[in-house]
Amino acid sequence: MMEMNMVQAINAGLHQEMGADPDVVVLGEDVGRVGGVFRVTQGLHDAFGEQRVIDTPLNESGILGTAIGMALYGLKPIPEIQFADFIYPGFDQLVSEAAKYRYRSGGEYSVPMVVRTPFGGGIKGGLYHSQSPEALFIHTAGLKVVCPSNPYDAKGLLRASLQDPDPVLFFEPKRVYRAVKMEVPEHAYEVPLSKAAVVREGSDVTVVAWGAMLYEALAAAEQVRGDDGLDVEVIDPRTLWPLDLDTVLESVRKTGRLVIVHEAPRACGFGAELVSLVCENAFVHLEAPPQRVTGFDTPFPYALEDDYLPLAHRIAPALRETARF
Amino acid sequence: MPRARHLAAVPANQRATDEQERSWLRRRSPSGQSGEHPSPISHALKLRLYRGMLLSRRLDERLMALQRQGRVGFHVGHRGEEAAIIGAAAALREQDWLVPCYREFGALLMRGAPLCTYLDQMFGNAADTGHGRQMPDHFHSRAQRCLSVSAPIGTQIPHAVGLAYAARLKGRDDVALVFFGDGATSSNDFHAALNFAGVWGAPVVLACRNNGYAISLPSSQQTASKGFACKAAAYGVRGVEVDGNDVLAVYEATRDAREAAARGEGPTLLELVTYRLDAHSSSDDPRAYRSDEEVAAAAAREPIGRFKAHLLACGALSEAEDAQLQEAVDAEVRAALEAARAREKPALDTLFEDVYAETPWHLTLAAREAAQTARGGSAHTPEGSAD
Ligand SMILES: Cc1ncc(C[n+]2csc(CCOP(=O)(O)OP(=O)(O)O)c2C)c(N)n1
Repeated sequence: MMEMNMVQAINAGLHQEMGADPDVVVLGEDVGRVGGVFRVTQGLHDAFGEQRVIDTPLNESGILGTAIGMALYGLKPIPEIQFADFIYPGFDQLVSEAAKYRYRSGGEYSVPMVVRTPFGGGIKGGLYHSQSPEALFIHTAGLKVVCPSNPYDAKGLLRASLQDPDPVLFFEPKRVYRAVKMEVPEHAYEVPLSKAAVVREGSDVTVVAWGAMLYEALAAAEQVRGDDGLDVEVIDPRTLWPLDLDTVLESVRKTGRLVIVHEAPRACGFGAELVSLVCENAFVHLEAPPQRVTGFDTPFPYALEDDYLPLAHRIAPALRETARF
Repeated sequence: MPRARHLAAVPANQRATDEQERSWLRRRSPSGQSGEHPSPISHALKLRLYRGMLLSRRLDERLMALQRQGRVGFHVGHRGEEAAIIGAAAALREQDWLVPCYREFGALLMRGAPLCTYLDQMFGNAADTGHGRQMPDHFHSRAQRCLSVSAPIGTQIPHAVGLAYAARLKGRDDVALVFFGDGATSSNDFHAALNFAGVWGAPVVLACRNNGYAISLPSSQQTASKGFACKAAAYGVRGVEVDGNDVLAVYEATRDAREAAARGEGPTLLELVTYRLDAHSSSDDPRAYRSDEEVAAAAAREPIGRFKAHLLACGALSEAEDAQLQEAVDAEVRAALEAARAREKPALDTLFEDVYAETPWHLTLAAREAAQTARGGSAHTPEGSAD
């Protein structure tokens, strides 16, 4: 075991996977010599050479489109999109091509690749370095969407994503990259996809949060425990889609109350889907209307990012209100 | 004018002819004149090319007629572009990959796909390996190393580059041939793909079928440059302009590009200059944007008649053999069409398969819901709609 942050854990995972399987290749802007702008791919270029750690021209559609071709040939590409905000020029390749290849070819072809991309705010990144576009991809049948919130899960989910035969979008919360350290095993291990974690047990309210917002939810849970004696259960879905709904439902059946926290704007966000799923499947257990604490339906701001983000001070009142309803 | 051609000149009205401006083109010298072609291409191969073109033409005619009768949902064919498609496909080796746009069913068949593979897809029937999920003419076949047709324009070009580069990374000498139209050269993915191909030196042959139009827009409205082959230069890629109505020229240019790629000499952009004789698709009426005179002039240069004249002149074919061949092709098409038409719709279950390798819970539930709703409904046409 070694103490690692998320950058180190993903880097260790990439080293391990590339060492174990010669078909794994990494490609993207600045991923080679420099090791990525967040240094997640550092050292891979020296270890595996420029044929497997490929610095590409600056074009997201090109990165994702050629990665699709590589996957169709039988390699296991891990394209990196430098910031999730720049995934849009490659959006068509993901939704029209990667997501649909298996379906349109009746399973004759598939695109096993893991698209890694840092996402989310809280690092003074302004409009174009802070977005959380997960809902766009959850809405696209054929894609899997994974979002680790800690170093241990990141390494284990990365391995599971690489073993998965379908295209996976791997959203890395960049605010967590270096902020959280924990013991991470040196050996290869998997954290299974579509398996949520109950991060904190409680009996009064269920909170579902992912990425960096998980820590805000935990902080809010502590606040309302001290102030109001509320016992909050916190769930980290880890894989957003396909979702481990059972773990969420089981919790809601116990607590009767649900609060969802995400950074992305509220309208048509993943929170809306979660509310629907819970209403459809556990309506009679609900003691209060589910609440969403989210980013606002505006572009992401620079100077006011702490007002935009659903931080603990906004989550705590939602917990109290839901509990009191 | 020296360009890759054997049979007759590229129609002058389609090409700019300023020699100086075109000096960057890597030219291939013509190896002969129509009628006395000294090309090393054997009679057997010529007849294979001819049969491939005849089969494509016959299929186009029959499918367009069936579409008009409401028996096929849609058809986008390649009447007039047979030389560009058949000639290029024939230059591939078995280990190579075909990355189609949507007009290249003839290329799939040249690679040995059974006719039913294509026709089952056209009818979206239960035997279609795509389970009737895509519109007609959106085929694929893993057995023939043919990727799957996608409707968004240009998206397949970077796939071919990645595929070809992957082959090189694996130390193999497979080459990818990707087709696209002149309209696709305006897409982002065309530029991304050429740039990546050039930087990586990927073993890919990029075949632009310049058939004169992208639906209603003439080539001159896709680009201000002189033709499309010249675009290769900006990406450090070889560019070759080919008379795309000359099947032998197309075959030789593609073969050379393929061999260069396999030798590690990187990508080639081929511009196959041809003409789309039919409508863009069964949903299009070209009379709105081009004159009958223009089409008639192009029809006089169409590739099959031209090639037949050559085959007769060089003794590869007699009129009697031609008649026999046409009849055989016709019979093959008729029988295959009948078989494909008779097959059932895909089973309802297939709707929920292949979204992921393993069906997740939400799709299992959806499948159950669909199964409980009796089949047999169909969409209602809204009344009083705007048009
Ligand atoms: C991204 C995208 N935009 C628009 C269309 C609609 N569309 C289908 S075919 C076509 C023209 C394509 O022309 P070209 O690339 O020259 O190929 P051709 O049909 O001439 O073979 C258009 C605009 C599309 N399929 N995809």
